[in-house]
Amino acid sequence: MKSCKDVEIICTKVQYKEASFLEKIKIKLHVLFCKTCKTFSKKNTELTTLCSQANIKTLPIEEKEKMKTELKSRT
Amino acid sequence: MKRQTGMTKQELNPDIWVDNYSDYLFNYAVSRVSDSEIAKDLVQETFFAGLKSAKNFKGEAAERTWLISILKRKVIDHYRKINSKKAKSMVRITQNQNSEADSNFLEEQVADPMSLLENSQIENEELGMAIQECIAKLPKKHALAFTLKTINGLSTEEVCKELDINPSNLWVILHRARTVLMDCLNNNWFKI
Repeated sequence: MKSCKDVEIICTKVQYKEASFLEKIKIKLHVLFCKTCKTFSKKNTELTTLCSQANIKTLPIEEKEKMKTELKSRT
Repeated sequence: MKRQTGMTKQELNPDIWVDNYSDYLFNYAVSRVSDSEIAKDLVQETFFAGLKSAKNFKGEAAERTWLISILKRKVIDHYRKINSKKAKSMVRITQNQNSEADSNFLEEQVADPMSLLENSQIENEELGMAIQECIAKLPKKHALAFTLKTINGLSTEEVCKELDINPSNLWVILHRARTVLMDCLNNNWFKI
């Protein structure tokens, strides 16, 4: 029997397609009778959808480091 | 009556600008100039301008709001600059030869006002800003882990190496970060 916390972490792994087959079975069984985890799983999937939908762009780490040194040299 | 009590004056802290605001500003810029190199330069210029005019900062707005207002001006300046290179105040109208419309009326070639495409683009941009605001509220390590894994799509191994943690630590961090983000986005974006 997996605790809800464990299931939630597996659910997060599922979002990145990194859960093992056994883990997926465990989560499927748990979700059958645990409403809290079912809602969590739904929301978690929705968060993944929102993140890909938003198409967020970030600056590469090297660029940020460059900016930091530039800024420091001017302060 | 002015509400002065309990208001704390904001202070500038340039040391944390890059870590805390560069992605937010970059996203704002890139959605307006559609070129990541130009957007990057605009963000950098914004930071420099911020440093230069730090003495003008009255402490009424949050640091990020103040920086965004500088960036807005930079974006406008950018468009002014490229416009002045073109022929001044000349409107070029190109007749679209491939248009499906039978007549030559320009009115028939304007964008469809009922189109939802632009709306969803604006909505996605707002969504991006909302997500970034929520990410900014996370602890620094959690924010970095989430961004690297989710937004930059790095592998577990790479993120672990970058943050110097083991995979099970990473999953706990990601789980916590996602839970906070879900709560943060709850009111505005979740349909459940």
